[in-house]
Amino acid sequence: MKLLALRLFFVLALPLLLLVAWWFASAGSTDVYRPPLRTILTTFPDVWTGERLRADVLPSVLRLLAGYTSAAVVGVALGTVIGSYRRVRAVCEPVLEFLRAVPPPVLVPVIMLFAGIGDTMKIAVIASGCVWPILLNTVEGVRAVDSVMSETARSYGIVGAARLRHVVLRSASPQIFAGLRQALSIGIILMVISEMSVSSNGLGYTVIQFQRTFAIPDMWTGILVLGLLGFLLSVLFRLVERRVLGWYHGLRASSRRSS
Amino acid sequence: MLEEKREKGQSMLDVRGLKKVYEGSGRRVEAVRDLTFTVDAGELVCLVGPSGCGKTTLLKCVAGLLTPTSGEILLEERRVSGPPPGMAVVFQEYGRSLFPWMRVGQNVELPLRQKQLSKARRRELVADALESVGLADAAGAYPWQLSGGMQQRVAIARALAYEPDVLLMDEPFAAVDAQTRADLEDLVRGLWRQRGITILFVTHDIDEAVYLGERVLILSASPTVVQEQLKVDLPAERDQLHTRVAPRFAELRTHVYEQIQAAKRGGPGLKADAPPPR
Repeated sequence: MKLLALRLFFVLALPLLLLVAWWFASAGSTDVYRPPLRTILTTFPDVWTGERLRADVLPSVLRLLAGYTSAAVVGVALGTVIGSYRRVRAVCEPVLEFLRAVPPPVLVPVIMLFAGIGDTMKIAVIASGCVWPILLNTVEGVRAVDSVMSETARSYGIVGAARLRHVVLRSASPQIFAGLRQALSIGIILMVISEMSVSSNGLGYTVIQFQRTFAIPDMWTGILVLGLLGFLLSVLFRLVERRVLGWYHGLRASSRRSS
Repeated sequence: MLEEKREKGQSMLDVRGLKKVYEGSGRRVEAVRDLTFTVDAGELVCLVGPSGCGKTTLLKCVAGLLTPTSGEILLEERRVSGPPPGMAVVFQEYGRSLFPWMRVGQNVELPLRQKQLSKARRRELVADALESVGLADAAGAYPWQLSGGMQQRVAIARALAYEPDVLLMDEPFAAVDAQTRADLEDLVRGLWRQRGITILFVTHDIDEAVYLGERVLILSASPTVVQEQLKVDLPAERDQLHTRVAPRFAELRTHVYEQIQAAKRGGPGLKADAPPPR
């Protein structure tokens, strides 16, 4: 109990300190663009009503989820194929390196041409940015399956789908999760960017709309909401990762102890 | 099963004229030149040879993990092309052979799932195998929570649960400490006597080969042939304390040692194919 309180203190100390600093530094501010934190916080409940959460936050989150999930499915599936066959890898690798180097935001105008300006476009933008870290990490993970494990599996007749499910994907899961983690932050960025460029709802749209109408404190609250959303998603991600990769952290801890 | 178990004394595993040449990037390495030997049903045969003589290559060919360049391997008179269902392998690197994302019980059970056995039967086999290696309580642990010797026990349990006709062991105890090693040797000997399985045991340790085997196959240096086949005429009842100090044990191990030294020098070997004098 005491330990928990202490941990909670460590987690919350710095954010609280920063908020306090912000509060006092901005307290007497008369600058329109930098309103006092107090003003921002009092504006917050007025702006982020249930209605707004439903109309703007929910669509954003759904787009993010759709884009991220499809990127995960495509990235892991393609990555497994590419990682499993040396020839396929040799053919694909240069192209992948090139495509990965293209900054995803420049795809917004391109994808708009093909997918219009609706949800499809935004989901496509998010997916096309998220897919690369997932794909490349999966390739590495699948390629690095231990040779002894591979032979063990073969000698026990664990082949085909069973091998993929119980051996290859599990063995690659630490790398796949590293890719998924990178992709999550890219996804949030692209969600905002795609909504800022052209949209009629969503978090990015709301923030840019507040800015254009000089509702500056409201704009600041939007940024706070985005920060909180990112934080919440990363906490969720970590919970899932702990469950799926529990064995990996245990294995690493045990090899650290013995070496 | 499809057919009845082989009687003791019938040949279980036939290796005929096995040759394996690795070719790649302009280099041609003849790992195994010409190996011919037989392992009878219910026999425990140890393969021993100088390091780098292609023991692992041979074992992988037998297991169907490598395709021989020429020659053939017959398991119960059927040609081996790819890992046969009647074989289980215990590798030296237990840490890389057990799946760290599965608990001990799941590790033992996974190969059984491919065999279309009922859940009850699988559970029974897993419990029985873990029990017989002395790890009945460890089913819920992860392999990396166990010591090296215990991990190798899990690998042995996995092989046992698979109910193989032939159990192949590739230097299984090379990476564990001496005391654990002695325990594991006795475990393998005990399991062999209880269950009557056929075991082909590869090792570089001469004492281990003589202590465990009913027969010792001595391999030459690379390119490998069978230097000598030696019948180990020690009593079936063996233990670490007495067997290892028995005069006959010393004679046999000295003989094997000399043969391996001769093999390293590339000579024909002393009194090849003649059993050592009694």
